[in-house]
Amino acid sequence: MAGPLNFFGGFKLTLRHLGRPTVTTSYPRAKRPKQPRQHGRHVLNRYEDGMEKCIGCELCAGVCPADCIYVRGLDNPPDHPVSPGERYGYVYEINYLRCIHCDMCVEACPTQAITESKLFEFSFTNRADAIYTKSELLVDDQGFPQRLPWEDWREGEAAMTGGWMRATSPAGAADFEGIVQWTGDLGVGVRAPEGGQSDARDDEATGSKPLRSAFPKHLQPKDVPLELRGVEGLARSVRAKLRGRRTRGARS
Amino acid sequence: MTTWLASVDPLYHHGLTLAVVLIALLRVVIAFAVLLNAVIIMIWFERKAISDMQSRIGPQRWGPFGLLQTVADGIKLIFKEDLMPAEADRFVFKLAPYLALIPGLITFAIVPVGGTMTIAGHTVLLQAANPPIGILLMLAMSGISVYGVMLAGWASGSKYPLLSSVRASAQMISYEAALGMTIVTIVLATGSLSTHDIVTAQAHGIWHWNLIRLGVVPFVVFIIAITAELNRPPFDVVEAESELVGGFHTEYSSFRFAIFYLAEFMNTITMSAIMVTLFFGGPAGWAPNVAHLKWLFPIAWFLAKTTVFAFCYIWFRAALPRFRYDQLMDLGWKRLIPLSLGWMLIVAGFIVAPSWGFAMGAVVLLAWTVLTRAFELGHSRERGVDAVLPNVGQRPLPSEAIRRLSDGEVD
Repeated sequence: MAGPLNFFGGFKLTLRHLGRPTVTTSYPRAKRPKQPRQHGRHVLNRYEDGMEKCIGCELCAGVCPADCIYVRGLDNPPDHPVSPGERYGYVYEINYLRCIHCDMCVEACPTQAITESKLFEFSFTNRADAIYTKSELLVDDQGFPQRLPWEDWREGEAAMTGGWMRATSPAGAADFEGIVQWTGDLGVGVRAPEGGQSDARDDEATGSKPLRSAFPKHLQPKDVPLELRGVEGLARSVRAKLRGRRTRGARS
Repeated sequence: MTTWLASVDPLYHHGLTLAVVLIALLRVVIAFAVLLNAVIIMIWFERKAISDMQSRIGPQRWGPFGLLQTVADGIKLIFKEDLMPAEADRFVFKLAPYLALIPGLITFAIVPVGGTMTIAGHTVLLQAANPPIGILLMLAMSGISVYGVMLAGWASGSKYPLLSSVRASAQMISYEAALGMTIVTIVLATGSLSTHDIVTAQAHGIWHWNLIRLGVVPFVVFIIAITAELNRPPFDVVEAESELVGGFHTEYSSFRFAIFYLAEFMNTITMSAIMVTLFFGGPAGWAPNVAHLKWLFPIAWFLAKTTVFAFCYIWFRAALPRFRYDQLMDLGWKRLIPLSLGWMLIVAGFIVAPSWGFAMGAVVLLAWTVLTRAFELGHSRERGVDAVLPNVGQRPLPSEAIRRLSDGEVD
């Protein structure tokens, strides 16, 4: 490479970058897409019939390394039970000044009552506000996380809760890949299993996306996936964006 | 007096009437306003272009596409506290920013922005002034603008600005010579110092442009020297952030800092315009033969050419790393000055007669060989760092006495 013309390499490089798209995301206005297994703010789920999944067993509180969960169970009132079992979570509090979002509570939960959404942009002005109560954590009547006024929810952050749970096979046995071992959720139904090593996968339903197609602007041109290159790739990305807008319209 | 004025500028042909004075004043005001607005756009353009080259967005908050970012910055700077260092020489400290700013404004006055225009029966040159010393004014002004930087650093009463001002003066001396020599080449070919004449001499097509008429060498020397003169990257050793904090404007704040900032970009624009004037025919270019567009097209050509050079400066900044100080001096004294001097002699020879030209070429070639050999010899005798201080492994340990002293044991 060395030679007198090497001097002009910098000029060539900078000029080439003039034509490339910028990699900056104007953060508060736009956000980068989040990955399906992102660990964010917790949600307490309901069964498809509206019953709460939490049985107040306190396993989550026991396993929590940051000691941030406080649970108290109570016997279900016989005339109007809250959960299908014997007991239900009477008090459920998470202190987000302590939580490290390790998802061990999600792992420990026997009924998939607690999962994590992708929201991490929420802030408080005093310590009391940092403790989320059960009424705030519980999903609403449509089965979606409540959007509290101090939280910055965007499209897709409430969609694929508990992605981590759906990706794991017990004891690492490959045979369990793609087998549903969880109950359905209110408003969503039974969530699809995340694709593993086999070809059986439904990326549309699980929201998983290869990193290269999620961030094509950040790649060197030769690393951009073939289906995202050129005019056809542009048309495809525009179509995908339009589709996303339509589904968002249907949601709200 | 009037006849002399008329010989300089066709505006004064009918004597000094009120209308003539008004037109002359209008010209000055317009030139001033246009230049100030151009600076605002230039700063925006630089920030946008350089962020594009670095795959960033750049200013975007103020106005459409961030166009008003410069205005916002200016307002912010004006409302900041104006600090005066305790050690500062108060008068010079306050004077220096204006010494940097005003030469940029004055230099722009001699740039022909367009051809001629007729207002109320008077023929008006589209340049604020056409003094007979012409291009020498530009050299003088660039000399004065260095005083701005130099005095700012000296008057701050602070170490880094002082180093910066020493660098500024040395750099100015090294590159002013090469700059002057290339301008002499142009003046020899044109036979006039006036910028208007220089531009008219190039008006008859691309082959008459000084860029091609004089060979490309003077232009290359000129663009390098003028970049150094402007203290723009890659020659910005004067405000090298990694070495000198902020350089000469370390101690400046508020409005005075804003003036330095303004001056830097104003000089960039002015020098782009000067380069267009000297080498690219100024406002020369194709124009349709329509009466009302005849004055507009030269202006458009001038603006387009100036924009190209403004972009070149931005490109330099994005593409090239800063020179080390000794490399800067080497380039100035050992390369540019001999090159511009030799080229000037050759051009002068060819103007007298082709035989003289070839003779000069031979002389220059001979001198070049001698000079190269001299540099080689000098370089081989250079005592580098190794000669003064052996490598760490080979260095003798400090004697016991010194070691005790450095360990803090005083007996």
